Amino acid sequence: MSTDSNTKYVGKAPSRVEGPLKVTGQAKYSAEFDVPDLVYGYVVSSPVAKGKIRKIHADKILALPGVLQVFSHENVPTLAWFDRSYKDDVAPGGSPFRPLQDDEIKFSQQPVALVVAETFELARYAASVLEIEYEQEKHETDVEALREKGQEPGSGKTGYKPPVRRGNADKGLSKAEHRIKQEYVHGTQHHNPMEIFGATVHYHPDGKLTVYDKTQGVFNCQQYLKKVFGLSADKARVVNLFMGGGFGAGLRPQYELYLSVLAALELKRSIRLSLTRQQMFSLGHRPHTLQTVELGTDASGALVGVKHKAVHETSRFEEYTENVVNWSGMLYQCPDVHLEYEVVPLDVFTPLDMRAPGAATGSIGLEVAMDEMAYAAGIDPLEFRRRNYADRDQNEDKPFSSKKLREVYDEGARRFGWDKRKMEPRSMREGNRLVGWGMAGGVWDASMQKAAAKATITADGKLTVSSAAGENGTGTYTVMTQIAAETLGLPMEAVTAKLGDTTLPEAPVQGGSWTAATVGSAVKSVCEALGEKLLKLAQKMDDSPLKGAKPEDVEFVNGLIRLRKEPRQSVVLRDVLQVSGEREIEADSSVMPNPLNMQKYSMHAHNAVFVEVQVDEDLGTIHVTRVVNVVAAGRIINQKTARSQVLGSVVWGISMALMEETVMDHRYGRYLNHNFAEYHVPVNADVRDIEVHFVEEEDPHVNPLGVKGIGEVGLLGVAAAITNAVYHATGKRVRSLPLTIDKLL
Amino acid sequence: MNPFTLTRAASVDAAVRDFSGHEAAAYIGGGTNLLDLMKENVAHPQHLVGLNKLPLSAIESTTGGGLRLGATASNADTAWHPEVQQRYPLLSQAILAGASPQLRNMATNAGNLMQRTRCYYFYDTATPCNKREPGSGCAAIGGYNRIHAILGTSEHCIATHPSDMCVALAALEAVVQVQGPDGERQIKFEDFHRLPEDHPERDNTLKPGELITGIELPAQGFAENFAYLKLRDRQSYAFALVSVAVGLELDGNTIKEARLALGGVAHKPWRDRAAEDLLKGQPATEATFRKVAEAVLKEAKGQGTNDFKIELAKRAIVRALTQAAAGEQQASDVFTNSNP
Ligand SMILES: Cc1cc2nc3c(=O)[nH]c(=O)nc-3n(C[C@H](O)[C@H](O)[C@H](O)COP(=O)(O)OP(=O)(O)OC[C@H]3O[C@@H](n4cnc5c(N)ncnc54)[C@H](O)[C@@H]3O)c2cc1C
Ligand code: SF4
Repeated sequence: MSTDSNTKYVGKAPSRVEGPLKVTGQAKYSAEFDVPDLVYGYVVSSPVAKGKIRKIHADKILALPGVLQVFSHENVPTLAWFDRSYKDDVAPGGSPFRPLQDDEIKFSQQPVALVVAETFELARYAASVLEIEYEQEKHETDVEALREKGQEPGSGKTGYKPPVRRGNADKGLSKAEHRIKQEYVHGTQHHNPMEIFGATVHYHPDGKLTVYDKTQGVFNCQQYLKKVFGLSADKARVVNLFMGGGFGAGLRPQYELYLSVLAALELKRSIRLSLTRQQMFSLGHRPHTLQTVELGTDASGALVGVKHKAVHETSRFEEYTENVVNWSGMLYQCPDVHLEYEVVPLDVFTPLDMRAPGAATGSIGLEVAMDEMAYAAGIDPLEFRRRNYADRDQNEDKPFSSKKLREVYDEGARRFGWDKRKMEPRSMREGNRLVGWGMAGGVWDASMQKAAAKATITADGKLTVSSAAGENGTGTYTVMTQIAAETLGLPMEAVTAKLGDTTLPEAPVQGGSWTAATVGSAVKSVCEALGEKLLKLAQKMDDSPLKGAKPEDVEFVNGLIRLRKEPRQSVVLRDVLQVSGEREIEADSSVMPNPLNMQKYSMHAHNAVFVEVQVDEDLGTIHVTRVVNVVAAGRIINQKTARSQVLGSVVWGISMALMEETVMDHRYGRYLNHNFAEYHVPVNADVRDIEVHFVEEEDPHVNPLGVKGIGEVGLLGVAAAITNAVYHATGKRVRSLPLTIDKLL
Repeated sequence: MNPFTLTRAASVDAAVRDFSGHEAAAYIGGGTNLLDLMKENVAHPQHLVGLNKLPLSAIESTTGGGLRLGATASNADTAWHPEVQQRYPLLSQAILAGASPQLRNMATNAGNLMQRTRCYYFYDTATPCNKREPGSGCAAIGGYNRIHAILGTSEHCIATHPSDMCVALAALEAVVQVQGPDGERQIKFEDFHRLPEDHPERDNTLKPGELITGIELPAQGFAENFAYLKLRDRQSYAFALVSVAVGLELDGNTIKEARLALGGVAHKPWRDRAAEDLLKGQPATEATFRKVAEAVLKEAKGQGTNDFKIELAKRAIVRALTQAAAGEQQASDVFTNSNP
């Protein structure tokens, strides 16, 4: 069989196909679409955390020429009545927040009014002078003070797994040779994508809407509009072509969607609504979480008991959950495990999945505790993990569909030079700086969802593939293009990928690292379906060498359809299209996860992170000088975009470890550092050498493409590895993140 | 943000006149601070007097052997000016330790002196703040005050002045040149910024309508033995938790002349003359530096979340003095080759 195949793209490293559009400013983001006769909205946010709106004095600003309306609970029309109408695909249990529907204040920065005016400047000014009287009530926002009120949540949101218990952890621990028990804390974090949330609603003359909204799921938003405003699918098209980052903040319909559609319908005008950076701190957050971890080993270093408890806040109206503790029953082998998970309802907005939700948090508790345990038992931290390697998923009592974590450990250790590490803290120096080496790792679900796709090829040989999934900036357009081009043997330039539009075939919200597996599988499937049609047409041609061939007998390579066994027997795809006389040929297909495989196997991606820090002990400053992150996530479709995903994850990990925290002043129940000058994320100068490596896994069970997704797994363990490296450098164990100067002095 | 008018003054006289002729006027330089404050509804000027057409962007030598920095020269042009780099490297480094390249390109020297505190509460109109609204109370006292002052505070305000540039200017004994409705005057840098006392709404001693026209540096630039050490939450684009500017003149290992100023610790750049006197005539040793550090922080008072600054400031003083005495060029904590 010949191997000359330029159209084999999967596994290579092509640059992102939308790159030129982005760097030349042609890629349009939701608040940038040009729509005629726009009006502008500006949101007024509550200064109090709990209470009632007594009166809104809108008259004064309504008198300003150009101010069109002040929407608030005083004048908002009656909308859907039942909670279920406001529930989106990823809503947790409870009653979703309904903006402007009553006088109640449930959290600080709650939107309380929307001012609409002919210009943005006027709307903003009018909003700033709008007088509102509040009746303040006593609020509770401090999870540390109220942790005793924590309760195990009910069923929570989709994907929530109740904490695992097996064997008898207390009994196991009582026999332990070495034991540790510690508490780990990190503060609240906000997603803070660079692009601000915003929407442009085009109100068409026939009353239909095109809604450009910043979201990770256009169908999720369309459904929401249907249930809340009674807008049928043909009345409201939702579009989001590009995103300047989401990190989970766009999983649920945010209030800019609700408010802009409300105003457009009421005023029968097109409207643009952009939030402010400050308001970005009112869209949900990674909760402030307290974790207690207790571990014990026998004399050989085998874990004999694992206990892990996590407590964090939720809002008063929804029961937000994430899977924080269960990873502790899965990552290492242990028969006796007791995990607990509680949430405390407080007067804050509902938390929202953020960058590896749950696992990023849990991996801090578990992986720092593992380091502490390794030291207590006198075993090298990596060796300690090897000794407790889990060959089977004990939580679900199933084999893994594939798991190359051992190879990940080996590869990471080799690349990092871990064997040169001295175990003892404070034993390594460079100049007047202490040097520390630490490691940690993690595990993340390899998920796939149901999705549909469509493929259309035109007579000139140009292929369009589409699916309504979102593009977070992760590389989905590129991955779709690669898969489609390879499946039909076309150059990537001949393929156009379309995403983020409810006129396209339905796909789920973009999240959970499932998009490559989901949309990729759908694209592959639809291109195969189109390939079958093309084969039939090819067989109709005079003297076709493919006559009688079955789909599995042929392959599409380099613009040809040819027999696998006799590659010289081929036809040119273009000729097939020309001769067929059809202007275009299309195919539809949809895919869903294989329930049998899901029942049989535990499907997960793994990673291990090795970190070097340098610490100036006198001044308390920490520099992350080197990171090696090795990931096993099935097959890698695009080496470049995958690597970029993991690079980004490492930067976010540095951020979690050293900088990120939204601080609340509990006297006001209000986040204080709600801007980019004081909410710190790393800048270029904070980021040094990062090496990313993939240990590829052949996984026939996980999905037809064999991919597990790399959007989130790369973040796991980074913060813990940094914390562990700081301990190794200084001998000081800091258990509260972010690890700022004051904690190390 | 409220509606406002804008004129661009062609001369200093015209600018001062234009200011006086309007209700609630403000000068605007690069706008990197003022526009933020307007968008946050902290500042509400009704008229802006634009300064970037004024002939005040020169950086030139003075007859006395010093250097005059024009009020509207950008922070970037000032930091990278050859005379500043060679003769006043302390100032150059302090400027480059601040903000980001984009901000430094826009920011003017006068604007840098006049920038307002970064206190969270000052920026958030939902909370009380005496500086923003005299008499409303100080939310930072008893609140989250990690970035707040430990020296020279009052019961009305514990904010810091956030500038890096000004810490170097304090150490270098700069003089601020101003022109107002009543004519021109010179203000010693020490007297320019003030402590909060009973009037935290006043950051400095400028009178209404007075325009900064320039900053004069005396001849002595401490180009051999200096240090600007800035400690912050990330390597760039963050304000100082504590910063230290040091200039030394050494005779062998003996300190002949010393300058020491701190940033991030008070309502003004904190120059400590008594500490400078303690250094003079002493050997440049760690013991001397420790003694001085203790002396500078003797009166320091933590407010809770900022208690750590007292110890951090001491260590930073010792480190900065050590680096200055050793003649090490880059004193900043940034250990990549330059400040990005
Ligand atoms: C995110 C961020 C990070 C920053 N980080 C740092 C940092 O680390 N270190 C640091 O030192 N600074 C930092 N800065 C602050 C920056 O240095 C100042 O914003 C800048 O120096 C202000 O200069 P400007 O010309 O833009 O002033 P403007 O914003 O134009 O004006 C500021 C004030 O000065 C007044 N003013 C301007 N010119 C004159 C004049 N000639 N006479 C009288 N009054 C005048 C204005 O009326 C106004 O009150 C940061 C700023 C931002 C936004
Ligand atoms: S410290 Fe000063 S600026 Fe901050 S809240 Fe108090 S009075 Fe306002």
